[in-house]
Amino acid sequence: MAEKPRLKLPKQAKKGEVIEIKTLMPHIMESGQRKDKDGKPIPRKIINKFACEFNGKPVFSANLEPAIAANPYMQFYAKVDASGTFKFTWTDDDGTVTTAEEKITVG
Amino acid sequence: MRQLSRRATLAIGATLGAGSAALTIFGWSDSASAAAKEAAAEIAKFTGGKTAEKGKITIELPEIAENGNTVPLSVSVDAPMTADNYVSEILVVAEGNPNPGVATFHFSAVSGKAEAATRIRLATTQNIIAVAKTSKGEFFTAQKLVKVTIGGCGG
Repeated sequence: MAEKPRLKLPKQAKKGEVIEIKTLMPHIMESGQRKDKDGKPIPRKIINKFACEFNGKPVFSANLEPAIAANPYMQFYAKVDASGTFKFTWTDDDGTVTTAEEKITVG
Repeated sequence: MRQLSRRATLAIGATLGAGSAALTIFGWSDSASAAAKEAAAEIAKFTGGKTAEKGKITIELPEIAENGNTVPLSVSVDAPMTADNYVSEILVVAEGNPNPGVATFHFSAVSGKAEAATRIRLATTQNIIAVAKTSKGEFFTAQKLVKVTIGGCGG
């Protein structure tokens, strides 16, 4: 049941430019605080880690807690010095890893 | 009416005392300060016990959050972000949430900016505290009060 993440970043940039990256991952982010209609707690199930790499090197990552709202939105920045590929990963509590990639031309 | 013996009075007092202690442990009578203590403990863990200097971090949060289920948050530090001087992490805790941890952002020298934004859940009006760590091992902190009209913890 792979959800598709949404990405927004430029396709081109100048060398040394700091670009803005926005990501959105569809996910319920069940906090573990809610109870079902019988009063039983609904177990926690969240994306607990988000990571962004560029050409294999870590750029930005985040450890997420249940206080992150549903459909986790992450906005951050990256300084690009060469063309290449951004790789994004989202890790669920249950171990599922979702990945996405986006190329950028830097010149 | 028979007077309570001193022993009985002490016994009742001890039970009440133990009872209110139990209430505190379960968080019913003092949940607000218990959450703040948990938040402080998380911060101490992050800084290794070092005191963080106030300042340098800009926290962007609405003054009033209409919907505690999704509150936009941004944290940024005006830092050079060069290979030998960059912000490596920013911890965010919410003092009034059932669990104070919100997120830990990790940056690198190629982040370009020590800035991240996301959307968070807030249970009630509370302080949000951010603590930044630099590659030089320094710590900075800032906090912001957010008024929450409808709590977002789904209870």
